[in-house]
Amino acid sequence: MRISLFIACYNDTLFPETGKSVVRLLERLGHQVDFPLEQTCCGQMHYNTGYQAEAMPLMRRFVEIFKDAETVCIPSSSCVGMIRDHYAKMAELSGDTQLMEDVEILLPRIYELSELLVKKLGIEDVGAYYPHRVTYHASCHSLRSLHIGDLPLRLLRKVRGIELVELENIDQCCGFGGTFAVKNGDVSTAMLADKLRCIENSSAEVCTAVDNSCLMHILGGLHRQRAGVRTVHLAEILASTDEVSAT
Amino acid sequence: MSIRVGDAAEAPPFQKAVLTLLGDTQLRQNVRHATDVITQKRAQVVAEQTDWQELRSAASAIKTHVLQYLDQYLSQFEAACTAAGGHVYWATDADEANRIIVDLVQQHGSREVIKVKTMTSDEIGLNRALEDSGIHPHETDLADMIIQLGNDKPSHIVVPALHKNRQQVREIFMQKMGLRELGDNPEDLTAAARQYLREKFLNVKAGISGANFLIAETGGVCVVESEGNGRMCVTLPDTLIVLAGIEKVIPSFRDLEVFLQLLPRSATGERMNPYNTIWTGTQSSEGPQQLHVVLLDNGRTRVLADREGRQTLHCIRCGACLNTCPVYRQTGGHAYGSIYAGPIGAILTPQLFEMKHAQSLPYASSLCGACYEVCPVKINIPEVLIHLRGRVVREQRASASLEGIAMKVMSRIFSSRRRFEAAQRLGKLAQWPFVSNGWITSLPGELGNWTTARDLRPMPKQSFRDWWREREKGKQS
Amino acid sequence: MTEIHSAARAAIFSRIREANSTINAAMRTAGYQNIQREYQQSASMSRETIVRTFAERLHEYDANVYESTPTAVSSIIAQLLAAYGQRSAIVAKDVPREWLPKDLNWKKEAEASIGDFDKAEDAIIVCETAIAHTGTIVLRDSRRLSLLPDRLLCVVRERQIVETVPEAIKRLQPFAADALTFISGPSATADIEMTRIRGVHGPRILDIIIVRD
Ligand code: SF4
Repeated sequence: MRISLFIACYNDTLFPETGKSVVRLLERLGHQVDFPLEQTCCGQMHYNTGYQAEAMPLMRRFVEIFKDAETVCIPSSSCVGMIRDHYAKMAELSGDTQLMEDVEILLPRIYELSELLVKKLGIEDVGAYYPHRVTYHASCHSLRSLHIGDLPLRLLRKVRGIELVELENIDQCCGFGGTFAVKNGDVSTAMLADKLRCIENSSAEVCTAVDNSCLMHILGGLHRQRAGVRTVHLAEILASTDEVSAT
Repeated sequence: MSIRVGDAAEAPPFQKAVLTLLGDTQLRQNVRHATDVITQKRAQVVAEQTDWQELRSAASAIKTHVLQYLDQYLSQFEAACTAAGGHVYWATDADEANRIIVDLVQQHGSREVIKVKTMTSDEIGLNRALEDSGIHPHETDLADMIIQLGNDKPSHIVVPALHKNRQQVREIFMQKMGLRELGDNPEDLTAAARQYLREKFLNVKAGISGANFLIAETGGVCVVESEGNGRMCVTLPDTLIVLAGIEKVIPSFRDLEVFLQLLPRSATGERMNPYNTIWTGTQSSEGPQQLHVVLLDNGRTRVLADREGRQTLHCIRCGACLNTCPVYRQTGGHAYGSIYAGPIGAILTPQLFEMKHAQSLPYASSLCGACYEVCPVKINIPEVLIHLRGRVVREQRASASLEGIAMKVMSRIFSSRRRFEAAQRLGKLAQWPFVSNGWITSLPGELGNWTTARDLRPMPKQSFRDWWREREKGKQS
Repeated sequence: MTEIHSAARAAIFSRIREANSTINAAMRTAGYQNIQREYQQSASMSRETIVRTFAERLHEYDANVYESTPTAVSSIIAQLLAAYGQRSAIVAKDVPREWLPKDLNWKKEAEASIGDFDKAEDAIIVCETAIAHTGTIVLRDSRRLSLLPDRLLCVVRERQIVETVPEAIKRLQPFAADALTFISGPSATADIEMTRIRGVHGPRILDIIIVRD
């Protein structure tokens, strides 16, 4: 299958390993990956912070670049949530009927990584090997916008060598929330403290999720505490094998 | 017009208010304990209700429908209530409502009133208006009594005193009830309240209540409660004044079958709360001989006029969104500077106020979506929050803020591949003064709010797109 | 006041109409009849399970439940009052004579003053309908009698018990404009540290006798 990758601006810039892992993983599974270099950002930060006018051109740009794609894979549930929850409304607001049509056709072809694997490709065992003790944090958008439920856990359970440990309050927000982490830094930090406590109690050495945004926040706290736990995106675990191992 | 939402006009912005609250560890423990207990109970009774989602959908459809025909249902309610012996009054704002109610109590000649929990009366500041006219209001809900006797403010719309623990309640009761001895277990405290209020219930001749539902079909009023104080207040006095927002009307008696299943499970995690009273006008031989229903706008029609925001008026004040909200669970209710706290408060207060005050509230959320998931009438709170953030931004446009400029610049950058790639390169250069030992631990300006408690990994040398390009080149050669 | 009040009414109505005239045009409006009601509206359990569920749910509210045949009601009432050390109670008008043990002191609800209600330890009532799903009894009368005494005893006939809330509402529709009281367990509060306490202002004890048909 030909799969177009939207990597998300922050992954592109800050977390290239995640993108590389998605490419390796999908190619290992026999698919052809394509990365349109014109892509930048889905507009989420602008839209959610109230800069809806500024998000509009970014939405148009995204649609323009991906409207002819067969299947789009996005390793970030909050970006998928942005697209699914708001693009149709934004297009309607613009009054541009062509845009509305394009969005309507595009939406069902967009998949978050674990959705793509389990739902579209029908695969749970991706042949990964990852010999570490891992706990999974269910990010807010993955649960309550995408409703992907336990798809990531189903993938993780099939990874060889992995020891999965349960995370208490798995569905509780880590306190990131985009600009919330800065605008309400104190509350955000208090929420993070709860999350870190749960991670610590899980005795995991790695915390994973389908969003690097949450993981960046969690890692920021873990590192400040010198907690000795690291964060790794789901894609990197799934991409790792006996030969090519992730950290 | 003077629209008022409690004391919200004087409240500090959310970010300021939380600073002291986050330091109050006792308060935070109390809030955490209470919200933990309710959310657990709620989860259990919701799980066993197999048609929960269908009930939510029906409730949402009924509320959407009511708002679209609100004028018709209000007229129908007015006519039916009047025909059944009640009197209906209309108040555009808090002051008007207060004046109507004070006049009614004065006409009746009472110097005291017994009150059953009504958030709406807190919204309009009714107690102060009554006291200013020499009328003493007795709050009869246990939690409201704790708040009233302790000169405190409610911090939750269902359990207003959840920020107090038993020792704190004991202290308030001993002082204000003049008791020499009092145990600190909840049984003792409850018994003290029972004794203190019994005499009032039997002797005070005027009562004030809110309403959970107004039934257009019959002109009836429905009050949902647990302690029995509500039944006392709506049954025993000879004059009863009901204060309700105009959005409280539902089309028919039948609709109660939806809301009476959703509300108790969401509010207290019970299959049904101990008492619901539904009565119509003055027809009951046992109820008050005089019934006055005061219908309040106070900004509600303004909310109605906003297509995105109007779903806020679906709210049945169950409090589930507060209990589940990770922000509320850290801060408690006082941070929201309004009697409406938590996620619903964050969207309701600014809208009633036409955004003049409370501009910080739409940002008091990480948009985690937990509120929408539990809301029994399916208010998409995150969506409304984002919508209101848009309004805040539009209103602040005139004064060019640093954030506004940054957002514009970022949008320009993301609008072009060339600019985006240039920014990636520039970022790598610009970050070096902040990087030490492979981490960023301190940033200037607002970004410093991140690094007060969290580190940041610097941008890696190679972006993903650089890697991709390199790989493609390698393939070709 | 009437002038202000009619001006306020006019202002509110005109604002509502203005808001709706633009928004209703842009939104899909659905008539009341078209509201989807896909929730459970009729019974799904056997009669036996319904009665058992009713009793279980009441237990969970800390109510006491007794099963009885039509002829045994009076002896259960006698035993209960004896256990409470009482020789009298106030009785609602629809309680049949034959349910009341002979040699005790019965006061009629209609003849009781507010002071009598307040002083009474025990009340005996009947209900209009009962809901198994939520452990609820619904009364058409006895608003004060079911509130002021310390203990409330309600006799429920098996045929009055329905499984779901919608079935009860359907049965109550003819009395929709009467004063209806839904009671689910003894009066309670959890306002202090979420600890459930029985008997705040209403009865502390709720006894239910289910009379099998
Ligand atoms: S917004 Fe929804 S969840 Fe929150 S109080 Fe209102 S009805 Fe309950």
